[in-house]
Amino acid sequence: MTLLEVKNLSVGFPTPDGVVHAVNDISFSIDAGETLAIVGESGSGKTVTNLAMMGLLNSNTAQISGTARFQSHTGEIDLLGIDPNELQKYRGQDISMIFQDPMSSLHPYFSIGDQIIEAHQVHNKVDPDVSKERAIELLGLVGIPDPASRITSFPHQFSGGMRQRVMIAMALVNNPSLLIADEPTTALDVTVQAQILSLLKDLQREFKMAVILITHDLGVVAGAADRVNVMYAGRIVESANVFDLYAKPAMPYTQGLLDSVPRLDRPHTNRLSAIPGQPPSMISLPDGCSFAPRCSRISEVAGSKCLMIMPELTLRTDAHSARCFIGERAGA
Amino acid sequence: MLSYISRRLGVTFLILLGVSFTVYVIFAFLPFDPAALTCGKNCNDPGIIEANRRRLGYDLPFLTQYWVFIKGLFIGRTYGEGAALINCPAPSLGYSFQEHSCVTTLISEALPVTLSLAIGALVLWLVVGVGLGVLAARYRGKFVDSASTIFVLIGTSLPTFLTGLMLLVFVVIKWHILPFPAGNYTPFLEDPYEWAQILFLPWITLAFAYAALYTRFVRSAVIETSNEDYIRTARAKGLPESEVVGKHTLRAALAPIVTMAGLDFAGLLGGAILTESVFNLPGLGRLAIGAVVEYDLPIIVATTLLAAAIVVTMNLIVDILYAFIDPRVRIA
Repeated sequence: MTLLEVKNLSVGFPTPDGVVHAVNDISFSIDAGETLAIVGESGSGKTVTNLAMMGLLNSNTAQISGTARFQSHTGEIDLLGIDPNELQKYRGQDISMIFQDPMSSLHPYFSIGDQIIEAHQVHNKVDPDVSKERAIELLGLVGIPDPASRITSFPHQFSGGMRQRVMIAMALVNNPSLLIADEPTTALDVTVQAQILSLLKDLQREFKMAVILITHDLGVVAGAADRVNVMYAGRIVESANVFDLYAKPAMPYTQGLLDSVPRLDRPHTNRLSAIPGQPPSMISLPDGCSFAPRCSRISEVAGSKCLMIMPELTLRTDAHSARCFIGERAGA
Repeated sequence: MLSYISRRLGVTFLILLGVSFTVYVIFAFLPFDPAALTCGKNCNDPGIIEANRRRLGYDLPFLTQYWVFIKGLFIGRTYGEGAALINCPAPSLGYSFQEHSCVTTLISEALPVTLSLAIGALVLWLVVGVGLGVLAARYRGKFVDSASTIFVLIGTSLPTFLTGLMLLVFVVIKWHILPFPAGNYTPFLEDPYEWAQILFLPWITLAFAYAALYTRFVRSAVIETSNEDYIRTARAKGLPESEVVGKHTLRAALAPIVTMAGLDFAGLLGGAILTESVFNLPGLGRLAIGAVVEYDLPIIVATTLLAAAIVVTMNLIVDILYAFIDPRVRIA
């Protein structure tokens, strides 16, 4: 069952220098219980895409268009078209979000218990004691030792990994069907990263929820995701299931990303390979492929087609599509 | 906590001892004779001067004088003997020959006036400053914000005596909205209505400048806090906007206000000299200014010491309060 279907989502931020086109006409969907990874470098539009769906972008500063059909507990809604006050009822209940930096994402002046109880109370008309029980249950589930007494602790009394566990407990308190995890492990030690990722995986199974995992770490993606969307300059440039993407990346950018990851199963060379150049200015995007100026395989396409025409996202094999003239099927 | 408070009280006592000694040293080495001043500006009779010198203890060595002063604070002090005996019970801050009264009595008459003025102004400027600051931050760039900017500009640039005089001229003299408040201060317990009526304009005068400062401060604090990650978390939980702003944002933004307000309040308790002078209120500020003009040393020493005591004590109170407001602040 399709849980969320995003169509033609664009987000622009008007600035004195012109409109910053952070997200450009992207479409994707996610099924219930599935894990979709969104990968890309900083500024590629990963986070903005999800903040737009959550209604967390300031409507005064962001121009948003497109649709996002979501199967909520009250039926289908359009996350992008719905009244902001209405959307607030689904936020934290049907869709939850955890953020990159657990050190700053919890309110420093309220105890973690109060913050989780608040998240439960706002969507459930129950006695605060019921919410408290629920909070203790969730804290135990995410691996906080002795949750009944830790519930009165404040965020600064926890380590980074523990705080991210608290964030996860808070996000899951209302049994959401979709969890958006925005770089949940970026700010954590590598060993703690692994713990948090495996915790997310266990909880995903237990809560039967879909997860959108935003990251720039392809190592995280390989272990955690079912499908991957690669984003570049506000567009999806490749979409595939995780095995296909790693086995035969169709877009030179994806190839570049994979080559820049250190691997144990390859001979050690002195340096990791990097993609030369810079991402394009999001104010004046090039006419052709956004990646063309940095592309190492541009000579494989005749003429200067890559610099003139933007390739479409086309299907290569089953459920594997890419935005590149190289390897396009004949007639596609 | 208790050990912290008692330690801080000990330090406070030492600070006050230091302040009192410094004040005493300054006045001891000023190039005029306190005994000569006691019999009026045109008094040349050496007999009276010497008699007064003995009565007031100015004949004693400097350190002994200081010791007698400190002793008087705790056990009271008597001046002269026989029929001319004057007794100032503890806590005695000395005897003013010009006013023919114990300084403690003078201060206990003036303090309630200054206290009434300062408390009323504090309430007024907090309500206006916080209210307007929050509104300006919420509706940044809109009409309220622009209006508040103008208010801040006027409030911070108009000197208190000008505001006070203009209020007097227009509200009292030209438009007859309030009766002329000269010199007839009425204690709150005697007639609350009269009390408020007399203090109304002084409150506004004093609060005006502070309210402007606080508006500016609160506005930027709220804007800064709104950009915190934990405010985004609060929104992501699905909290209504009223709670995001009223609870999560204000709680963090207003914490520094407590420190600011505490210290500003302490500063005012030392005497709001200009406002008291313009409105002819018999408060500490006017007592001090009058004493300076008349070289009335005991009063100058006492008011200086009192102002220092208030500031030091308020600092302690603010520090303790802050530990309750911000759980990250540990008192030990």
